[in-house]
Amino acid sequence: MNMFEQARSADSVSGPPSKGDYFFDRAFQWLAKAFAWAILAVVAALLLEVGSKAIPAIKDYHIGFLTSTTWDANKDQFGILPEIWGTLYSSFLALIIAGFFGVMMAIFLTQDFLPPRLAAIFRIIVELLAAIPSVVYGLWGIFVVIPAIRPLANWLNETFGMIPFFSTSLSGPGMLPAALVLAIMVLPTIAAVSQDALRLVPYRIKEAAYGLGATRWEAILRVMLPTASTGIFGALVLGFGRALGETMALAMLVGNSNQISLSLFSPANTLAALLALNFPEAGETEVKVLMYAALVLMLITLAVNVAGTAIMTMTNKQAGGGR
Amino acid sequence: MKLLVSAASLRVSAACCVSALLFWTAAVSADIGSSGQMLLLQGAGATFPAPLYKRWIKVYSDERPQVQIKYDAIGSGEGIQRFLAHAVDFGASDAALNDEQLAAAGEGVKMIPATAGLIALAYNLPGITEPLKLKRDVYVDMLLGRIKRWDDPRIAASNPGLTLPKRDIVRVVRRDSSGTTYAFTNHLSAISNDWRDRGPGVGKIVDWPGNAMAAPGNEGVSARIRLSVGAIGYVEYGQARRLGLAMALLENAAGQFVAPAETSGQAALKNNLSAMPANLRLFLPDPKGEEAYPIVTLSWLLLYPRYDGAGRADAVKDFVTWGLTEGQTHSRELGFLPLPDELLRLSRSAVASIH
Repeated sequence: MNMFEQARSADSVSGPPSKGDYFFDRAFQWLAKAFAWAILAVVAALLLEVGSKAIPAIKDYHIGFLTSTTWDANKDQFGILPEIWGTLYSSFLALIIAGFFGVMMAIFLTQDFLPPRLAAIFRIIVELLAAIPSVVYGLWGIFVVIPAIRPLANWLNETFGMIPFFSTSLSGPGMLPAALVLAIMVLPTIAAVSQDALRLVPYRIKEAAYGLGATRWEAILRVMLPTASTGIFGALVLGFGRALGETMALAMLVGNSNQISLSLFSPANTLAALLALNFPEAGETEVKVLMYAALVLMLITLAVNVAGTAIMTMTNKQAGGGR
Repeated sequence: MKLLVSAASLRVSAACCVSALLFWTAAVSADIGSSGQMLLLQGAGATFPAPLYKRWIKVYSDERPQVQIKYDAIGSGEGIQRFLAHAVDFGASDAALNDEQLAAAGEGVKMIPATAGLIALAYNLPGITEPLKLKRDVYVDMLLGRIKRWDDPRIAASNPGLTLPKRDIVRVVRRDSSGTTYAFTNHLSAISNDWRDRGPGVGKIVDWPGNAMAAPGNEGVSARIRLSVGAIGYVEYGQARRLGLAMALLENAAGQFVAPAETSGQAALKNNLSAMPANLRLFLPDPKGEEAYPIVTLSWLLLYPRYDGAGRADAVKDFVTWGLTEGQTHSRELGFLPLPDELLRLSRSAVASIH
């Protein structure tokens, strides 16, 4: 009995891999590779599909589609400037709100303010926000947020009506309720990613700051935050990307009004809401035009997300080098 | 870190999938109708008469379980499209068919006036209990976006007793292709040259100037009005009544302020039926008469002159004839206008020619 035969005998637990093991190993590798490539293929197919369906509309409406403000299916005049504006404006407002609270939350949960177990619970609760369906956020916005902010909004309008941000009264659905709900929806993304960014900063850097006589807040604001700033910036960009594509809650809350207004209280529209609401009843031309709009939305979100991921990869490298 | 990001984006994409699914199932379920042993009649179109048609279908099929009828309230525009594409057994439209569509359909369509209704200007102004009175030029200018605030002196002029709020007027309009919009803009064009020549004009979808909020269907518009303080919009009268929305008194062709109600609607119909053409397509953009409510429209069922398949023609005929007789008694309760007898006779004889 040679060594290998001995190894294969029944009373041994370990042994060299059999042909079957080799086969499974190989097969799994191939499968994993195939799926990895399939993801890329799906993205490419999506872009291709939407792009090819949008081509007729691109030919008909050119770049003017992006700068025109009319949406008139009767006269076949289409433009999405108000929707682009609404998408960027609502996402930007949401980003300001969620960015502030998200980063504060990340500091609170990572900088030894809470016992680790309690911090973990908080963290889970914040992440649970991401599990709430968009429709529920929309309903909550309609029945809770709008009535709650209406008195304040209308007071602002009456008192500071000359400031463009407050130049209209809030009747119901509008930019501000949409942005508030959107902020809550992107908060988990921003909070979670900034927590990771802060956690990546080696603890000894903070200890060094303490050693130099810094107070807790000096250490956090002057040392920890700047060190983690690229990661936090990445979190904001990712949050922005998520906000851009959010559909259902915005379709319910933004007011579906085809106009460009700086006012926080006036109804507006976003690209995603336009797509979601107009597709079911769209005629032949309108479908092509909506595909063009979908392509524009995809390109905007893609660009933002690629930027966010690139920034985060950069941070990871930097933080890794610091160790 | 990467794990977290991907978990977050997973949730994001899951949420997107769910909302996308919602829309697709809504869209797909509208197209699928499985016909087993029973005869299934599929209809689609206007949301304006939908409450009445749904009532008809319920009462009618309770008595005749062998016939199943479905009606998708998806707006007149899409209803016409599906009818012309032969995707349904009957269509419904508050704008009938336009000349172009009539030409395209040729002999392939019967337009049957099946009911009539009023279009109300409903608004949401808490604290204003007296109904608002609106002059013709005033409500045209409100809808054109020229009168922007509720406390505008021109609105106040015809409402001396009311303290109007210092709020923006927010208009709520139809987003989908709609016969209600058609009838409404047809009226506005009839009473205002500005609307007809320099404004949006007449159409099932028009480009509303300014800050109009767009909502789907009569239900969507009424719900949006109820939700939005300072909103005004045009909706089918029965729908507005069911939701308890306040409705404005409008100035009619005779210069009287008239409230939307069954009597004022009946007056508008009766005074103006003499102009009925042979194809039964009569629009009433500005009905005459002291008591006539100014915005009234007929609503048509679109039928094919001949149907294939055993019993299909008879089933359609029986259902529509029932709607044109017994069905009319349900109109009042739902806020629609029972058609005058002479018009019902015309409609029924048009249905009788189907085979």
